[in-house]
Amino acid sequence: MAKEQKSKIGRYKPSNILFNLINYSFLTILTLVCFYPILHVILASISDPSLLIKHQGILLKPLGEASLNGYRLVFKDSSILVGFKNTLVYVGLGTAVNMIFTICGAYALSRRDLLFKGPVMLMITVTMFFGGGLIPWFLIMKNIGMYNNLAAMILPTALNTWNMIILRTGFQGLPYELEEAAIIDGAGQAQTLLKVILPLSKPVLAVIFLYYLVGNWNSWFNAMVLLADRELYPLQLLLKEILVMNDTSMSSVGSAGGVSINSVQGATAYRELVKYCVTVIATLPILCVYPFLQKYFVKGVYVGSIKG
Amino acid sequence: MNERIDMKAPETKKKEKRFTKDAIRKDFKKNWFAYLLLVPIIIWYLVFCYAPMGGISIAFKDFKPLLGFARSKNVGFKHFIDFFTGPYFFRTVKNTFLLNLWGLALGFTAPIILSLLLNEVKNMKFKKLVQTITYMPHFISLVVICGMIHIFTQPGGIVTQLVDAITGTSHGSLLGFASMFRPIYTISGIWQNVGWDSIIYLSAMSSIDPGLYEAADIDGAGRFKKMIHITIPQIMPTIMILFIFAVGGLMASGHEKIILLYNSLTYETADVIATYVYRRGLQEASYSFSTAVGLVSSIVNFLLLYITNKIAKKHTDVYVF
Repeated sequence: MAKEQKSKIGRYKPSNILFNLINYSFLTILTLVCFYPILHVILASISDPSLLIKHQGILLKPLGEASLNGYRLVFKDSSILVGFKNTLVYVGLGTAVNMIFTICGAYALSRRDLLFKGPVMLMITVTMFFGGGLIPWFLIMKNIGMYNNLAAMILPTALNTWNMIILRTGFQGLPYELEEAAIIDGAGQAQTLLKVILPLSKPVLAVIFLYYLVGNWNSWFNAMVLLADRELYPLQLLLKEILVMNDTSMSSVGSAGGVSINSVQGATAYRELVKYCVTVIATLPILCVYPFLQKYFVKGVYVGSIKG
Repeated sequence: MNERIDMKAPETKKKEKRFTKDAIRKDFKKNWFAYLLLVPIIIWYLVFCYAPMGGISIAFKDFKPLLGFARSKNVGFKHFIDFFTGPYFFRTVKNTFLLNLWGLALGFTAPIILSLLLNEVKNMKFKKLVQTITYMPHFISLVVICGMIHIFTQPGGIVTQLVDAITGTSHGSLLGFASMFRPIYTISGIWQNVGWDSIIYLSAMSSIDPGLYEAADIDGAGRFKKMIHITIPQIMPTIMILFIFAVGGLMASGHEKIILLYNSLTYETADVIATYVYRRGLQEASYSFSTAVGLVSSIVNFLLLYITNKIAKKHTDVYVF
């Protein structure tokens, strides 16, 4: 009782109010600064391009009349569509392979009486500290036929050691009695894995599934190094050409179906607009699901930190 | 991780007894399913991790793709000597070190400060909102992040205008200035990671015994005092572990973000060992030379991690391995 009163008095001390004031305003500003770039890109993508190219400073609402013309242009571009489709394939296949590999490894290494667990763990841990480096890795990938091949986007990243260790920790945390009970009921080892262990590990599975999903969606470097054929490019790599290398030679821009662009200046303005639109297209799927999945992502850090 | 080391000693003694033919047969019979699932995993590690490690041998050869790994000519330490005496040795080493030092000074401390401030926020809704938004950039792809940096630092971009106003001179594109590269790289890195990296500190703070704060209340400590004398010492082990890794990574650098941000105008400050390896190796196909450069860098990294860990072990009771 006395303690409660004390802290209540403490709450209204001037120094405390000042502390709160500074703390809350600082965090508010930080949050706004963190959020603004995303807002800016979204607002710019629906702005009038001719106003946008002349505009200086921050944006708090779309310039001119809000329109989706930029998006129309982007979705008329065949290379973007192909990239989008490629990304969906790589993310779908890649994440499926990721999950299968990770579950296999995590299950085997979570067995408490596995005789060769020590040597296998050592072999895996070593790779967390040493690696071949970029060039030997690239040459080996080329040697085993990963060059310019769909497999290049799936197999080299099939497993992430860190995620496997997170899942293994999850498996180890399950009460062994449940597994024992299943075996007494006559279930085989495969059945125990599928019917007992996996359903009980849904939260951890969700965490690593999301990590892989986001990783695959955002991946571009392996594609740049290993894919030569533009028909195989994922969306992120096309995005890199448009945003970073400033290559706006998108086929439709300038000749624009449906949107008439008369002058050279207009074409430049539309190119600028397209940059914002592709950025939004590549980011929105992640940002839309993100608020709902945030707690799972954060959980992964907690699980990982226990082991680390 | 330190737990495993403790267990190793008795194991080595028993080793001869453990791996007998009989024990192995029994183990395979009992755990055949686990071993079956382990097969693809081991193959994956051999092909995608260990084969490239074996490929390091080309650092000592004059690798010709047509001759392959085995038949390329041995040249000993030629490539290493070329790198150490070459014109880019000093520049790449200096840039790698400085860029990481900036990261250590600003990028490492920012999440600690954020977590301390968030820990003082009692309004849960506000806390949640700040967390949700500051975590967000972590999930945006690097390409998009760098695309945004390009947009904001182009002539007339928001950041360019801000910098122009502060310095009083008019810049074109900020990414064309060597002096701007480190600030842009580091500050955008904070934007990307400050929220996400604060999670681990917040989780450490959530496990602090509330009794400590109550005792401090009775002693009349204010909030700031409690932060300095309770919260920070309590999360110190977490800070130390991450610090060991950060110092161990002083000579390592991610090449992906730099590749997306640098250009020939900014090589002077932006070209690090990893990007040099990338350019020489993949763009100019000097495979052996760039492998040698990469090898030097990973050896130095491991040594740094080892030394920092050793120092930390000696002076505190926190260490990685």
